[in-house]
Amino acid sequence: MTATIDMTAISARHTSAASGARTRQRYWAQIRLQAYGILALTLAAAALVILLWTVVAKTATVLFEDYLVLDVQIDVSNRDLTALNDPDPRINVALNGVVRDGLRAEIGGGDGLGRREVRQLFNLVSTDAGLELGAIVKRSVQEGAPLIGARYRYEALLDDQVQMYLGGLYGRPVDAGSDSALSVTRDGEDTSRAVLSFEGGAFEAAREALRTRRAEQAARAEAEAARQQAAVEATEARIAALGADTDTETVERLRAGLDVYARAREKALENARALMAQASDRTTVHSLSESDPSVLVRVQGGWIKLDALGPDLARGTILAGEPDVVATAPASSWQGWLYETPETNRNISDRQVVWLAEFEREGKIVTKPNWRLLESSDSSNAELAGIWGALVGSFWTMVVTFLLAFPIGVMASIYLEEFAPKNAFTDFIEININNLAAVPSIVFGLLGITVLISGVSLFGVDLFDGLLKAIIEDPRSTPVAGGVVLALMSLPTIIIAGRASIKAVPPSIRDAALGLGASRLQTATHHVLPLAMPGMMTGSIIAMAQALGETAPLIIIGMNSFIQEAPSAPGDKANVLPSLIYIWKNNSERLFDGKTAAAICVLLVFLIAMNALAVLLRKRFERRW
Amino acid sequence: MLLTLSLIAIALLSLTAFVGARARAVSAAGGVLSRLHSRPAYHGLYAALWVAIVGFGVFVLLDMIGLSIVASLMADELDARLADLGQTLLQIEKNLVLSDARKIAAGQVASAIDPLRETLAERFATLDALRAGVVATLAFAMAVLAFVVSYRQIGQDFRARNRTERILRTFLMAAAAIAILTTVGIVLSLIGETLSFFEGLGWRVDMFLFGTTWSPLSGVQEGSISADKVGAVPLFAGTAMITLIAMLVAVPIGLFAAIYLSDFAPKRVRAWAKPMLEILAGIPTVVYGFFAAITVAPFVRDAGAALGIDVASQSALAAGVVMGIMIIPFISSLSDDVINAVPQSLRDGSLGLGATKAETMRQVVLPAALPGIVSAVLLGISRAVGETMIVVMAAGQGANLTANPLEEVTTVTVQIVMLILGDTEAATAAGPAYTLGFTLFVVTLALNMVALRIVRRYREAYE
Amino acid sequence: MPDSLTPPQVTARPVADMAGSNSPEIKIATRDVHVFYGETEAIKGVSLEIQDRTVTAFIGPSGCGKSTFLRCINRMNDTIDICRVTGTIEMDGRDIYTRDIDPVQLRARVGMVFQKPNPFPKSIYDNVSYGPKIHGLAANRRELDAIVEQSLRRAALWEEVKDRLDQPGTGLSGGQQQRLCIARAVATAPEVLLMDEPCSALDPIATAQVEELIYELRENYAVVIVTHSMQQAARVSQKTAYFHLGEVLEYDDTPKIFTNPEHEKTQQYVTGRFG
Repeated sequence: MTATIDMTAISARHTSAASGARTRQRYWAQIRLQAYGILALTLAAAALVILLWTVVAKTATVLFEDYLVLDVQIDVSNRDLTALNDPDPRINVALNGVVRDGLRAEIGGGDGLGRREVRQLFNLVSTDAGLELGAIVKRSVQEGAPLIGARYRYEALLDDQVQMYLGGLYGRPVDAGSDSALSVTRDGEDTSRAVLSFEGGAFEAAREALRTRRAEQAARAEAEAARQQAAVEATEARIAALGADTDTETVERLRAGLDVYARAREKALENARALMAQASDRTTVHSLSESDPSVLVRVQGGWIKLDALGPDLARGTILAGEPDVVATAPASSWQGWLYETPETNRNISDRQVVWLAEFEREGKIVTKPNWRLLESSDSSNAELAGIWGALVGSFWTMVVTFLLAFPIGVMASIYLEEFAPKNAFTDFIEININNLAAVPSIVFGLLGITVLISGVSLFGVDLFDGLLKAIIEDPRSTPVAGGVVLALMSLPTIIIAGRASIKAVPPSIRDAALGLGASRLQTATHHVLPLAMPGMMTGSIIAMAQALGETAPLIIIGMNSFIQEAPSAPGDKANVLPSLIYIWKNNSERLFDGKTAAAICVLLVFLIAMNALAVLLRKRFERRW
Repeated sequence: MLLTLSLIAIALLSLTAFVGARARAVSAAGGVLSRLHSRPAYHGLYAALWVAIVGFGVFVLLDMIGLSIVASLMADELDARLADLGQTLLQIEKNLVLSDARKIAAGQVASAIDPLRETLAERFATLDALRAGVVATLAFAMAVLAFVVSYRQIGQDFRARNRTERILRTFLMAAAAIAILTTVGIVLSLIGETLSFFEGLGWRVDMFLFGTTWSPLSGVQEGSISADKVGAVPLFAGTAMITLIAMLVAVPIGLFAAIYLSDFAPKRVRAWAKPMLEILAGIPTVVYGFFAAITVAPFVRDAGAALGIDVASQSALAAGVVMGIMIIPFISSLSDDVINAVPQSLRDGSLGLGATKAETMRQVVLPAALPGIVSAVLLGISRAVGETMIVVMAAGQGANLTANPLEEVTTVTVQIVMLILGDTEAATAAGPAYTLGFTLFVVTLALNMVALRIVRRYREAYE
Repeated sequence: MPDSLTPPQVTARPVADMAGSNSPEIKIATRDVHVFYGETEAIKGVSLEIQDRTVTAFIGPSGCGKSTFLRCINRMNDTIDICRVTGTIEMDGRDIYTRDIDPVQLRARVGMVFQKPNPFPKSIYDNVSYGPKIHGLAANRRELDAIVEQSLRRAALWEEVKDRLDQPGTGLSGGQQQRLCIARAVATAPEVLLMDEPCSALDPIATAQVEELIYELRENYAVVIVTHSMQQAARVSQKTAYFHLGEVLEYDDTPKIFTNPEHEKTQQYVTGRFG
């Protein structure tokens, strides 16, 4: 036995100075623990805020779309006329020629343009601009006030790349330095070229940018020279290591290689020296290639693209308009633009930049709210794509899911809570329900594609064909198939919530009903079920919200296909909102980034609405026994 | 058309049976309803249910049999025709011809029209009409029979209510049993392909489980899948790495948030923190995938570049971190539940001895809640392992075996999606895809079972 | 957390005087204590003096506020957000509700035993050593061992558990668990022991053991016990306070309360006419 201890002495330690210090430390530990908690919550909140911010900021880039106002003369061919007169709304007319003529007229005819430039001009507007004009004209014909033969102010939707450029997503040109007078003269006999002379100060920003670029290029050339030098040394080492008995052919081959490397090295070095000279010499005349920043000059009503730029002289090609080649333009009556991204690195050409600049000046570019995003369905053209089809697809899928999952879920919960005997079978059902709740959603996709769509076979024996083939010829990609899969996924959630709300109904109500001679089924359906219904509805809405955001199983059963029409029935092929998000995110057109974010916004709005409804329902019908 | 008519007829007959049987029950009572064992409505319901069950049941059964008979007859017919023409076609081409024939018969647009297809279409139309006639007539006839039989049973002592309730109860039980059917369906649909996949490998299951080269479709042109290229270890390793990163994010944040919210946070903080976590939990995974691909992955890459580290644009780190964010609310709400389930008396006991709240939490509440927290973590792992969209959108596709989280790795779920959605013919890609699916199912099932067992034992300790 | 952590004066406690405990000093004095739960007033002005080395029993019908009042004495009510206490409660002449008294240190000096045995899910040893460890009472492992043993002996549990100190405390029987909780409270070396219906979850044999223990604890501590059982109050206590609707109707020597109460309500209660 241990020696007894004087507890009274121990007790005195509570009020000692050491105890005070110790208590302080203990409180510090508590503050630390709380700080970790606050930090954790802050991190989670920060993640949420950044996520939502990403989505909202991206969405903001597609809230508006840009149109080009064209003054078009609506002349149509006979064939188009027949189609325009046809009352069948499914017959479309693409008035591409009219739109193209309008575009040509807009830049003053464009007679001198080559094929490539003409294509660039036509590509300013969306591929569907002709089709949309056709729809307008067709409507006018059907309504009895035909526009045919008239001039019409048509707002043509701009191409997605153009819209991105206008939105500043590809960077915009900046001032190249325009504070000095500028005189323009013809460059010899060539009418398409011009010579600009100016005093120091003009184009200084552009020249600075070019010098920086040359320095970078010089550094790259030096690196290349170093690489070639390494190759030379390696080859020399190999030659030195060769034995005397090596056949001459190998030696020859190596020596030839040595020459090639050495020449490449010399060339790179020379290149680097030349570039460096250009970079350091402030008086150099830079020659500008397509892979250099573009310098564009708007002077005397025309646009010139420079291809040589010296300290007081520049030469260039006339891109648009006919600049007056006699007068001198005073400082700040002209503009010099520097577009840092070289033309080869962007999806918009200098000529397009110039045309758009003129259109903007003339106020011919109008911006409108992007209702198309909600009203149209998927398209391979980013500027035309919208979420309507996927929204309808999601709607049908949810209808199928709800019609299956809710009744079955309610019935199953009633059975398990009110009737199921305590036996192995019931236990087995419960284990299954609990486990299904945690089965990865993608596995449900595999279940759907086999059991519902393509059929199950075991050891080469076909057990049964895809179950849904009994009602739909090809159930792949349909809301019916998606709905069934999501219903199976949602069932565990609905059953678990349903059972909880049935359990919450006090036994006294059952006893009262049974005591009055009601059967158990009557008790369950007449008394317990109505009381448990709000809880079941709440659980089901939450399960539906989960199902609405579910993606993996649906893309497995093919709901990620490219579908341009909104489904008119649950048996039609369709996308859903989440699968559309997945498709769009994978698309390389950058305008789809913004549209994807917009689709996410819509999805989140629906989810929030559904959850709010569930909360409201819970608050409204919450009953405490 | 005939089929739809027959369905409507059966439904109407069922309604008639309800009205008729109820009327007969009333008349059988001879004016004194209390003489009946069951109320007239139950007699009506009983008859109506039988008519519907027999009618619809026979309909579905016959229809399915009929469909398969027609399909096999058509296949025979096609073979016979082809033999006459001296042609041979691949199975896929045969299927296309048959489907075209159906479309022609239904007046839809077929991929091609030729005499063979038209003959088959005619034959198909005849057979289909025959099938519809037989199914519709027989189903309706059986429904009438059911009506007659149940109508004649009606009498004062007929226990219609008990029988009706038994039928309805069977329906309820069937609804509950759908959970079992779903599980059976999952196992059936996965195991068939899995077994034939392994059979194709000569039962080298070890090559799948322990091999380190994953490129199952690379040898498909030569006809078969090579056992050397189905090593799933890179996928398992990739999945494990992303899961580990996710848990390193989710467990500390989720757990500390739960600790703070359950025992320390003032009401004000709880009032915004709980909904915040619920929103985080309600965000669809495809949105997290977008976030990972658009924001986090470029950020990680740029941050790496700023530090002079080479980071893959689809690094495991980015996918893992975002997955961790997704799992935070999962861990925190489950942990919150178990921490709150620790009885107040234990907290009182500790506080009554002069422990601070933090000491109570660390030394009494957390040890008591540990089993529950462990199971929450296990469930979180199960979620991370089975999560698809985040990794499909933000992780790589190349099967890299690496321990560096800054490189690209792929996961089991990514490979399933790539195989199913890829260009390879479905029958070939299904083997490895379903085998991976089966593996995933087994692993998550095991994790879940263990977690549920721990939780159950924990609940028993405190209830 | 209190602003000032200056340790209070070390009050030397007089050596136990077993024999002459007829006029023990006042350990705790309360004046006009009110307790509010939100809007509800649970205690309506209670003034009591609790003597050292005495067992004081609080009796009264359910919901009369005796447990609430008990929890004021070691500031356990602080852990309930909506609870507010006014008036003064002094221990050894010092107000325990001032800012410089830390509730954590106070609770170490005023131990508490609860209605339901609530051993921690730890070993028996860890249960008992929990208090001394967090308060840093033992200078070394030997001293800690000694405290544990002595506390278990004090709680009359040592002989039953000395061979299984590493077994979980939750594995003991109900009576043993409650004695373990008493040992746990004693191990923290308190000056006052508060007991909130300590026997209500126990069977008669366990109750008898615990009652005996309480009677002995009087030798070293001021013991305050809340009880529903009049017999228990009569058996173990020297002083009894009768609570009624948040007020103390009568406070006197136990024999007097049970034989010759002054108040009619007390009379009715102790004779079992209501409760």
